Amino acid sequence: MQKSLKRYFPVFAFPTLAAFTIGFFIPFVMGIYLSFCKFTTVTDAKFIGIGNYLKILSDRTFLHSLWYTAAFTIVSMVLINVLAFTVAMLLTKGIQGTNAFRTVFFMPNLIGGIVLGYIWQLLLNGILANFQKTLTYNSAYGFWGLVVLMCWQQIGYMMIIYISGIQNVPGELIEAAKIDGARPAQILFHVTIPMVMPSITICTFLTLTNGFKLFDQNLALTNGEPSSMSELLALNIFNTFYGRTGYEGVGQAKAVIFFILVALIAIIQTRLTRTKEVQH
Amino acid sequence: MKKKMVSILLAASLAATLLAGCGTGNGNGNGTNDNTAGDNGAAGSEDGGDAAGGGTKDNGGAIVGEEEGSVYYLNFKPEQAQQWKDLAREYSDEAGVPVTIETAASGTYESTLKSEMAKSDAPTLFQVNGPAGLASWKDYCYDLKDSAVYKNLKSDDFALISDDGQVQGIAYVIETYGLIYNKDIIDDYCEMDGAKIKDVSEINSFAKLKEAADDMQAKKDELGIKGVFASAGMDSSSDWRFKTHLANMPIYFEYQDENVATTDAIKGTHLDAYKNIWDLYITDSTVEPTMISGMTGEDAAAEFAMGEAVFYQNGTWAYQDITGNEVDDDDMGMLPIYIGVGDEANQGLCTGSENYWCVNKNASEDDINATLNFLEWVITSDRGREVFRDEMGFVTPFSTFTDEYMPENPLVDAANDYIDSGKTSVPWVFSTIPSEGWKNGVGSALLEYAQGTGDWDAVKDAFVEGWASEYSAVNQ
Repeated sequence: MQKSLKRYFPVFAFPTLAAFTIGFFIPFVMGIYLSFCKFTTVTDAKFIGIGNYLKILSDRTFLHSLWYTAAFTIVSMVLINVLAFTVAMLLTKGIQGTNAFRTVFFMPNLIGGIVLGYIWQLLLNGILANFQKTLTYNSAYGFWGLVVLMCWQQIGYMMIIYISGIQNVPGELIEAAKIDGARPAQILFHVTIPMVMPSITICTFLTLTNGFKLFDQNLALTNGEPSSMSELLALNIFNTFYGRTGYEGVGQAKAVIFFILVALIAIIQTRLTRTKEVQH
Repeated sequence: MKKKMVSILLAASLAATLLAGCGTGNGNGNGTNDNTAGDNGAAGSEDGGDAAGGGTKDNGGAIVGEEEGSVYYLNFKPEQAQQWKDLAREYSDEAGVPVTIETAASGTYESTLKSEMAKSDAPTLFQVNGPAGLASWKDYCYDLKDSAVYKNLKSDDFALISDDGQVQGIAYVIETYGLIYNKDIIDDYCEMDGAKIKDVSEINSFAKLKEAADDMQAKKDELGIKGVFASAGMDSSSDWRFKTHLANMPIYFEYQDENVATTDAIKGTHLDAYKNIWDLYITDSTVEPTMISGMTGEDAAAEFAMGEAVFYQNGTWAYQDITGNEVDDDDMGMLPIYIGVGDEANQGLCTGSENYWCVNKNASEDDINATLNFLEWVITSDRGREVFRDEMGFVTPFSTFTDEYMPENPLVDAANDYIDSGKTSVPWVFSTIPSEGWKNGVGSALLEYAQGTGDWDAVKDAFVEGWASEYSAVNQ
């Protein structure tokens, strides 16, 4: 068994490894290299050391978008998970039309981010027009617009994960709790939630990284207006790279910092929620 | 344990796809050097474009497959995207040279160009918007000194020539902007009792413009319009009309005062005039100032084209967007943008170019030749000139375009009338604006001021301090 595994490892793993190397590893390494370079197009870069990183320090928009992104991520993560879990609980009670509801809730997830962004831009601007305002009037409008959009898109997806988690809670555990006289709230907090902890780990991980990496929706909804004040990190990096002559390397340096940040947060988060999981 | 590894890997890979996104050009890029630039590509990656400059000629022609070469034009103007494609097809049929035309979406030219140039099939022909745009692409510009397009250029004013005499870019279209107006509505207004003007020609100063506009705004219901000025949209499809084209006015008059052609530190002497005209635009408008952040270029064009607004600040290129609707061609005219500074009686329209052709010198020799031939065909052949005149509506600076090749465009006619009557054209000094960053700063401040979420001092700051800091950031 071990032997044949060893023998066939290259055969089965090669396509994926090759794709991973070409599509991820090489660009990743080049990306890190480019963050120390001055360049116009990525094919002719000139090494300049850490100058790009120093420039980030004096860039006010980067710091702003960092806080803006952090706030957005926390708000959207909490809202999406709480709402998705609630919907999942409701849709596992066996009410009529459960399947139809699940499908409808999941549907927004099938639409691409850019399209969603424009749809919600129209919807929200249509509402705000009654107050003679637009989404880009103030960065707070963009913030909550983005939260609404993300909730709408992601709740269905997280709901599916939670539903499968909830359905896997052994019926005898709940029955035993009921016989012992536990109230519904107690069952929820002491039986169901500890049992679906793996789902919570996955869902918080997904919403957390999605929030941090959000790009399409941000671009389509507000494009960072007004004054780059509703710019999330990914869009800030994009605009630095493409929007400013001579700042390509700075954008690349921001991307490296961004990577480290997201990786750190993701690792810490999975560690934290993992300790809460019930071992079978 | 295994699970943990998996989750960490998952975390890392998800996070890292971000970086990968920025670098996808790389894989292709290596291909570029191998295919077309031979040895000199490797040298180029070490010390920028300089090395490539020395060795363009011997870039291993043997490797290049096609004998004829091919043309790839990254077009800047979405208005003429289809026309270019049709023209390219005709040329391909005639000369047997493949011509590819791609058009960047409005406002994304620089980013599209940046990624296209890193590909193995990089554009052989691209555009810069003037000296500021050239700064980032000068290492990619082929010297056009011996090209037909340069030889047929009426004047060196229309070329971007480097200090050492290289012709790096050539303007191919001359455009004019000002306040486009709807003669029909103005005539209606002039016939009303108590009208401030009796004829549109009486508007020859900012004071008069404001007087008439304010009065028309007060009577907008009787005139059947939504507002005097089409919405001053600050969406990125429209904000350049104000942060760039309108900003041209105070910058131009300051240059006049100082008798300079460019500066590293602007003083903002005419910012009050800039404020006055901006106030006029947002007050006598079709929409509330709080709405303009979301208004697009199409919104403004539609308002004018449907006869809902009297004035619309834009240029000759906007003709295609507004013709064929409510406003007859005969009813379109153009006024200079008066801001209450300088010799207003002799002020003309703003004429210049921000469309310069550049040929990619890193392309193979065959491709460069094919590109130059294509350009020559475009500006000398009957068909090319006809398309320029009839379909694209371009006024060009080339001597091959004799009088019969003037496009039928009432806005161009208006522009010519002003020149014929001896008015002084205002050049496009906005090409000396240090960077896009400056424009964005001013645009944001203008918007916040209009919405009431910021004050005019922020515009001043962005205009004056922003100029100095952007200038030093770009020219360090």
